[in-house]
Amino acid sequence: MPRIDSDVNRFRQIVRGRVREELKKHLGKTELFGKQGGRVVSIPIPHLELPHFVHDTGGKSVGQGEGAGDGGGNKAGDQPGAHILEAEFTIDELAKMLGEALELPRIQPKGADELISPAGRYTGIATSGPESLRHFKRSYRQALRRMLVSGTYDPGNPQVSLLRADRRYRTWKARPLPKANAAIVYVMDVSGSMGDEQKDIVRTESFWIDAWIRSHYQGVRTVYIVHDAAAKEVDRDTFFTLRESGGTVISSAYELGARIVQERFPSSDWNLYMFHFTDGENYSRQDSEKSSDLLAESLLPGLNLFGYGQVEALGTRGDFFDVLRSRFGGDERVALSRIPDRDAIVDSIKTFLGRGR
Amino acid sequence: MATTLPAELRREQDRIEQVARDMGLTFFRVVFEMVDWRQMNALAAYGGFPTRYPHWRWGMEYAELAKSYEYGLHRIYEMVINNDPTYAYLLEGNAMVDQKLVMAHVYGHADFFVNNVYYAHTNRKMIDAMANHATRVRRHQERHGVEAVERFIDACLSVEDLIDPGAVFRQSRRPERPVDEPEPRDPGRLPAKAYLDQYVNPPGYLEEKRKQMRKAREDAKRFPASPDRDVLGFMMAAAPLDPWEQDVLEIVREESYYFLPQRQTKVMNEGWASFWHTHMMTTRILDDSELIDYADHHSGTVAVQPGRLNPYKLGLELFRDIERRWNMGQFGPEWEACDRMSERARWDLKLGLGREKIDEVRRLHCDATFLDEFLTQDFCERQGLFVSKKNSRTGEEEVESAAFEDVKQALLFHFTNGGRPVIEVQDANYGNRGELLLVHRHAGVDLKMDWAREVLESMTKIWKRPVRLETQIGKKGVRLGHDGDKSIEEDLDQAALKAKTR
Repeated sequence: MPRIDSDVNRFRQIVRGRVREELKKHLGKTELFGKQGGRVVSIPIPHLELPHFVHDTGGKSVGQGEGAGDGGGNKAGDQPGAHILEAEFTIDELAKMLGEALELPRIQPKGADELISPAGRYTGIATSGPESLRHFKRSYRQALRRMLVSGTYDPGNPQVSLLRADRRYRTWKARPLPKANAAIVYVMDVSGSMGDEQKDIVRTESFWIDAWIRSHYQGVRTVYIVHDAAAKEVDRDTFFTLRESGGTVISSAYELGARIVQERFPSSDWNLYMFHFTDGENYSRQDSEKSSDLLAESLLPGLNLFGYGQVEALGTRGDFFDVLRSRFGGDERVALSRIPDRDAIVDSIKTFLGRGR
Repeated sequence: MATTLPAELRREQDRIEQVARDMGLTFFRVVFEMVDWRQMNALAAYGGFPTRYPHWRWGMEYAELAKSYEYGLHRIYEMVINNDPTYAYLLEGNAMVDQKLVMAHVYGHADFFVNNVYYAHTNRKMIDAMANHATRVRRHQERHGVEAVERFIDACLSVEDLIDPGAVFRQSRRPERPVDEPEPRDPGRLPAKAYLDQYVNPPGYLEEKRKQMRKAREDAKRFPASPDRDVLGFMMAAAPLDPWEQDVLEIVREESYYFLPQRQTKVMNEGWASFWHTHMMTTRILDDSELIDYADHHSGTVAVQPGRLNPYKLGLELFRDIERRWNMGQFGPEWEACDRMSERARWDLKLGLGREKIDEVRRLHCDATFLDEFLTQDFCERQGLFVSKKNSRTGEEEVESAAFEDVKQALLFHFTNGGRPVIEVQDANYGNRGELLLVHRHAGVDLKMDWAREVLESMTKIWKRPVRLETQIGKKGVRLGHDGDKSIEEDLDQAALKAKTR
């Protein structure tokens, strides 16, 4: 291995440590998803610089040529400019970091019947086993420990002799895996009042929610529903880019949601999550009533968690948040949060995922 | 890296070396190594050396170089180490004409390393020294932990440029602490008869003398006796360091002194090498068929980018200008006194002193003195130099001034002390609390304050006690500091005022 590699690794380690520390700062940024190829996310990081005593010149420098715009020619060059470096993380790592940063409790899957997975891993140590699995390091460490305790170890003549009882063997531990499946239903309001900024917020937040829930289950299914005055099911890309101009009838989405859940994800087999993002401006009070009835009667009984995020554009304030709060304020299964801007994303994620459901 | 040069290149090297000798260049043995781009980037990250002590910033350099190479943003053409033998690298897969160009250029550098006075003190076995440094740091890391050592290196690197550029020319670096002499009872008293005494030795004068002497003795108690620019060396001698910390600090300081002349002579060094590669290539080395490619690549290296100064270009043009002026006798009092444009344009004494002069210049100057002495108004106008400034509102570079005085001042500022502020140790027992007091010799430009505070914090890791720095923000004197936990900032004028009223 070339020598430089260990320095590169060390640098990567430092950078990852730093990203981990400052994850809250990165949480609200969309650049996170610049390159979301497969299961790896790159986070752009700045050039790390050691501070020095330097002058604050205010950007003054000496140049040459006919004038700043006309220096002429591209230089083949021997000096690299300031390039943006990236640190790469897998989604699982990010989810773990998210959990640590926000102190999220682990999700307790509904119906905690666990299945012993057939695939084990050689992570354990046992005092007996086949010779082919003998762990030399651990065996000798054990022998050294015994000799130190019994006082037979002589630092001047550091010989360690292995007894039968010192031998240690690798052994595989079965890993209990939750059998439970999970499905997430994302619902977004795409009416005229939801702007690009609001959608960006939804995208960022749903990315983290997705990462967190996925890290707790195997094979998470997702369903995307958009609604304005009417609701329809769409694919992921459409979900984030679609922009309609109609009004808002929330009940339409809940009806569709309830139907999909009943048809595809019977609550006996599935851990179900539903997140609804809207600006909270519903078409009428009657529809708000109807929506909360729907929620209470057809949706909530089957859901682990219903998250409602009110993404408020500047100057607007929907009242659906208050409707839900007055009705479901004390309900464990309902998490309500307001997201006026990017900085609120962190708190909102905490509200949604902080219940460990 | 035991890469031997292919026979073809080996032959070219012999030829170019002979040409260089014929032209009067002198150098240590030059060894070229053929490397691929990965190795080249790794070497570049290590500052040209095959081994450096383990540290993350090489890794960062490498990651950046590798990325920009992949995107095709840059190529490293030449890299050469000041060492005996002088090592240089050729990039595998470059065209023959490029390899020749690099070799010719390298012989220019090799000559400069040997002959320029600022390099006289450098360790010519630096490759070995660097390898030893690496071993030492690795050993410390094994014993004291990678992170502990790394954190300490970071702290040392923050102050790596606080060394004394003049120290290498002086005999003894640090004066001994003063010897204690008995205090004369009546300083300055002249023998006189009693009735004359009050006229010969007026009481007021004697009192004044006594005060002066007392002050001198107070000053002598101070450590350092006079401000010391070699902050690294001072801390090495006076800070309470563990042996390994002492060793790390010494390594950083040694490398800093080694690289100092390369920072001091960037323009001259590149200018000199370019001057010789053009001369050698165009008169002796080039094949006819290679001319166009050569011209293309040469103009690539001396091209100017808007808003950036190209040291290759500036140095090359200046050396050519000096050669021309001394060949034609365009120097000295008569030339300076002549203010008739027509006469100046025709001025040619056919002295032919050009070559002699540039040899002398390459021997005795560093960038600051080089530009100070040879950057003339004529040159400045011909080259179209200007001072630009980033407009903070639009974020664009704008020409601020193209006046000769402004350009020269900006250039000299940029090249004096590497454009870095001058900072000295004033007192190692500040406030009688063992705190370190530094002084910034304010020359009209403020420090970048947030960084200054961070550096002071790093320094507490070396000094182990609070570290303070006297500087100015605009006209106002301030004393920044850090006590290891938090930043301190005092208004100097008010502090002085308080002391006075008490």
